[in-house]
Amino acid sequence: MPTNKVNVPNYRFIGKNYTTPDMVAKVTGKSKYAEDFRAEGMLFCKLLLSPMPHARVKRIDASKALALPGVKGILTADELPPPAAFITDDGVMIPPDPRAERGLTNEPLYQGEPILAVAAVDEETAAAAIELIEIDFERLPFAVDPLVTLSPGGPNTRNEGNVWVVPPPAPPKPGERPAGPLLPDVKEFKWTDAEYAEYKQGKLPVSKPSMEWSYGDIDAGFKKADLVMDETFVTPNTSDQTLETRTAMAYWQNGKLFVHCSTQSTAQTVPAIARWMSMDTTNVVVISEYTGGGFGSKVTSGIILTVPALLSKKVNAPVMLRISREEEHFLGRARPGLHGRMKAGFTKDGRIVALDMFVVCDGGPYGPQGDANASGRIVSLCYTPENMRWRGINVITNTPPRGPQSQPGGAQGVMIMEPLLSNAARKLGLDQVAIRRINAPSGKAGIGPAIKGKRDHVTSAFVPEALDKGAELFRWNERKNQTKKSGTKARGIGVAVSAYSAGSIGFDGLFVIKPDGKIYVQTGIGNLGTEAMIDCQRVVAEVLGVPWERLEITWGSTAKHLPWSCPSGGSQTIHAMTRAAHAVSMDAKLKLQEIAAMDLGGKPEDYEVGGERVYRKGGGAGMSLAQAAQRAIKLGGKYDGHELPPEIAKMTKASATALAGQGLLAVAKDKYKRDGISNSYVAGFAEVEVDLETGTYRITDYVGVADVGTVIHPRAFGGQMFGRTSLGWGHALAQKWVYDQHYGAPLAKRFYQNRPPTILDVPVSNFKWAAVDIPDPETPVGARGIGEPPVGAGASAVLNALADALGEQIYRRAPVTADIILMALETGKPGDEPLTAHI
Amino acid sequence: MAEMKNPEETTKTLSRRDLIKGVIAAGAVSSAGYLFRASGVRAQQPSAAGSVERLVTITVNGQQRRVDVMKQETLATTLRYKLGLTGTKLGCDRAECGACTVLIDDVPHYSCSVLTQSVRARKVVSIEGLASADGKLHPMQQGVVEEQGFQCAFCMSGFIMSAVGFLKVNPKPTRTELAHGISGNLCRCQDYDKILTALLKGAENMRRA
Ligand code: FES
Ligand code: FES
Repeated sequence: MPTNKVNVPNYRFIGKNYTTPDMVAKVTGKSKYAEDFRAEGMLFCKLLLSPMPHARVKRIDASKALALPGVKGILTADELPPPAAFITDDGVMIPPDPRAERGLTNEPLYQGEPILAVAAVDEETAAAAIELIEIDFERLPFAVDPLVTLSPGGPNTRNEGNVWVVPPPAPPKPGERPAGPLLPDVKEFKWTDAEYAEYKQGKLPVSKPSMEWSYGDIDAGFKKADLVMDETFVTPNTSDQTLETRTAMAYWQNGKLFVHCSTQSTAQTVPAIARWMSMDTTNVVVISEYTGGGFGSKVTSGIILTVPALLSKKVNAPVMLRISREEEHFLGRARPGLHGRMKAGFTKDGRIVALDMFVVCDGGPYGPQGDANASGRIVSLCYTPENMRWRGINVITNTPPRGPQSQPGGAQGVMIMEPLLSNAARKLGLDQVAIRRINAPSGKAGIGPAIKGKRDHVTSAFVPEALDKGAELFRWNERKNQTKKSGTKARGIGVAVSAYSAGSIGFDGLFVIKPDGKIYVQTGIGNLGTEAMIDCQRVVAEVLGVPWERLEITWGSTAKHLPWSCPSGGSQTIHAMTRAAHAVSMDAKLKLQEIAAMDLGGKPEDYEVGGERVYRKGGGAGMSLAQAAQRAIKLGGKYDGHELPPEIAKMTKASATALAGQGLLAVAKDKYKRDGISNSYVAGFAEVEVDLETGTYRITDYVGVADVGTVIHPRAFGGQMFGRTSLGWGHALAQKWVYDQHYGAPLAKRFYQNRPPTILDVPVSNFKWAAVDIPDPETPVGARGIGEPPVGAGASAVLNALADALGEQIYRRAPVTADIILMALETGKPGDEPLTAHI
Repeated sequence: MAEMKNPEETTKTLSRRDLIKGVIAAGAVSSAGYLFRASGVRAQQPSAAGSVERLVTITVNGQQRRVDVMKQETLATTLRYKLGLTGTKLGCDRAECGACTVLIDDVPHYSCSVLTQSVRARKVVSIEGLASADGKLHPMQQGVVEEQGFQCAFCMSGFIMSAVGFLKVNPKPTRTELAHGISGNLCRCQDYDKILTALLKGAENMRRA
C-alpha cells in the first residue's frame, strides 16, 4: 500500500506503531458495548414515536396497554423532571431552558420524536402495548424546508416563530466572573416579496440575518478586486449513522443511577446525565467500555437514555432501551445542511481581498446549531480573505434534531467556498493549487471576527507546506495537463483545503505507580474507536522512560475512579489529553526525584527518571519504581494521594481520594500556556473518472496531507485520515435526506436508502496520506487532533475534480449523483434543483 | 408499505403489528424477530397443528446447544439473548450492514435475517468460535490485531466472519477480490484501507498456519 509514514525524531513511543490493549477483546467478541450488558430482572422498553411533524398531544389513554400481561409501566413527558438550572464543575450556571430537547415530549416537533415509553418483561410485549395506546393529537403548522418557513406567509416551525436568536452576553461587571450562556430566543423571520422573487429564480436571497460578524472593510476590499464572483451552493443534511445505535440500559442502587450507554466521553457524560435528570453528579455512574462510533453524535451520549433511567426508577427494575436503526434516524443526530451564498473579490493573482458570506442553516427543532457560525470561522481561516463579513440565519425546521458531525460547520463552509474558488481560478487562468496556496493560512493566522479591532489567531498553520507536499505526492503538475476525455470516460483532478479546531486545554491526568512497579493509568476519555484514549497514554511511557507494557490502563466506568477528561468531540482529545498526560507524568517525575533525594541524599534535580528507576544523574545510587511506590505509601501526604493539588476538578479529586494510599499517586491539571486556538489542516487531492454514458463516477486516486503537529500513533492517524475523508466523500457522492415535504415525512431512514460509502465506493488501494510533521509550538508534545478537516477536503476535492472533468455547469449543490450529471451533460446547464431542501 | 394517508388520519393508523403480520405473510423474515422475547408471557398460545417445535438443537461454535426458540426468532437474537454470544452485533437488523454476519456451514450469512428454526442440524460459527479453546487467536484475528485494523470495531466481528467465509472459497485473494468478497459489510467508521490491509494480513496468516 501507500508509503504512509510519519517522521518524528527522538521519541521512543510517540510516532511509533503499536497494538492497543483493547484489540484482543475486540477481535474475540469479548468487548462489551451498551447492548451487551444484562442485569438481573432486566426489563425492555419501547418508544411511541410521533407520526406527525408538529403536533400537540391532547389526550393519552394507556389503560388497555397497562392491562396487558407483562407490562410493567409507562412513562410520559409529564413525568420528566422539569428543566432546572445546572451549575457546572467550574461554577458556570447553565440556566434552565424550557425549549431544550427532553427525552419525551407532549409537543412533538418532528416526525419520529418520542412521546412515551412502555416497559415490559420483553420487547414484544412492550411493542404490543404501544399499539394499544390511544392518543389524540392536535396538528400544528410545520415546515421541513428552511426556505419554506422563511417564505412570506410560510408556516412557522415553532409556535412562537422560526429562527433562533441568541442575545449577546451581558458584559461582566468589574470584578465578577462572566455570566453563563444566555438562553436563545425564537423569533419570526420572513422574506420580503423581492427576496422571495429572487428565490423563485434559483438564487438564495441575502435576507435579514440572525447573526453576523466581520473584520476589515469589505467594501474597500471589493473596490480593489479585479474579479467578483457571486455563487450559491447547498450542502446536504447527513445523519451521523453510527453503526451502534444509542441503546442504553439503566438501573438504580442505593439512590445511585447506573447507566450503560454509548458515549464518546465517559467522564463528561456524568454531568450531562446529572443535568438531564436533575440529579447530583455524585449519584451518577456511567459505564461505557466500548462505543460503536460517535462522529460527534454521542459527545455526551444521548438524552434518550433518560427514558430507561426514569422508567427503571418508576418500575424498580433494570430497563434496557434498544434503539432500532429506524429510531436511530430520528434520534441519532445529523449534520445540518447549509444553504450558502458567497460573494468574493479576487485580485488578478488570485488573492481573496473581500468575502461576503451568507448562510441559512437547516437546524432542526432544537438548537441553535453552531454549524452556521463555524462555517464562517473556518472559511476565514482556510482562505484568509483580507476583509470578510459573515451573516447567517439559524432556521428551525420540523426535522430530526441536529448535532455535531465530524468537522461541524467547517465541512459545510469548505464545501460552499471550494467550488467558487475553483471557478475563480479558471476565470483568472490560475493553477488550482496556486490559488489555494496564495490564500493559505501560515503561522499564527487569524480566525473569525474582529472583536474591538482584534482577531483571534491559531497556534500554528503550515498549509502551504501541506499543499506542496500533497502536490508532489499526487504529481499534480504532471497530471493537470492530462487528456480529460477518452471515449466514453472523462477524468478530472481537484484539490481542496480544509481546517478545524483540534484541541482544548485544562484537563486532568491521574495514575498510581504501585509497589509492583507498574503504572496504573486512569482515564475518563471515551473509547470510541479512534484509540486516542490509549494513544495519549504513550506520553506517560515516553516521559517516564518505562516500557509500554508496564502501563495498565483503566477506562470505561466512572465507578473505577477516573479523572476529569475532555469531551472526545471536535478532535480535542489527542491535544488536551497528551497535555494532561504530560502534566501528570511531570508530577510523577518530580515526586520520584524528591523521594530519591530524601532517601539517597542530594537534591531532587540531581536525579533522573528512566528504565523503571529513579537514579542519580551520570549513574550511581537509585531506586526502582516499585521501591519508590513503597516509600510513597510510607511518606503519605502528596506522595500517595492523601494531599491533593487544589486546582484539579471535582471528579478527579474524588477519584484520587479513592485511590490514595496505594502507591505513588500522580495527579495534575494541564496548566501549560497556549498562545492561540488549536486548529488542524488538510490539503486533499482527488482524481475522478466519470462514465459519460451513465453519469456514474468513481474516485480513482486520493492524497491527503495533514498539518496536525506531531503524529502520536501513525496507524490510528491513518485510520482517521481514511475514515474521515471517506465520510466527506459520502457528502459528494450520495448522502442526503429525502422528505415528503407535503406530509413532513422522511423517506430515507435506513442504510439502504441513505447509504454511506461501502468498501467498493472508495479508492481503497489508491489512497495516500502524509503529515507535514511540524510539531505544534504551543503544546508539550506538539500534537493536535485529526478527526475533522479530512471531511471537507474529501468532499470538496472530489467535487472540484468533477468540475475539472466535466466543466463548471454541472452542479450547484451536493451530493452530485449520476442523474444530475446526465441531466447536465444533456442540457448544458446544472442538472440539479437549486434550492429545495431534502430532495 | 401502506399508502400514506392524509395527515389528519395518520394517527397511528398503520399499526406496526399489522405491518409485521403483512411481512410474515409475504414470507420475508419478520421484524418481530428483532423484538426480543425473554419471557413466556405472550407465548402461551397452544401450538397449532403443523406449528414448529419450540425446543431446537443447533451446533454453535462446535457445541450442541438446546434452546427454546420462537418460530419468528432470528439467529442473531438467539445467539445474543439466549446463548450469551454478544460478539455478534446488530447494526440494522434488516440485512443492510453485515454486523451480524456468522458462518452457517462455512457460508457467511446475516444472522439478523436467518430464522433460528432454519439452522437446526447446521453448523453455526460466530466470532466467539474462532479462537481455540486455550485462547489462541485464529490467524485472521491475529492479522487484525497485528495491523490494528478497524476503529470502533462494532462492525468487526461481521467483517472477520465474512472474510473467513470468503477465504474458504478463495484462499489467496488479491486486494480487489477481497474487497468484493467483504463488500456486504458496512463500516461506518469507514477506515476501509486499514480494514482491508488487516484482513489480507489475516489471509496470509491463514495460509501459513
Ligand atoms: S444487523 Fe444484520 S445485516 Fe445489519
Ligand atoms: S470500525 Fe466502527 S463501524 Fe467499523
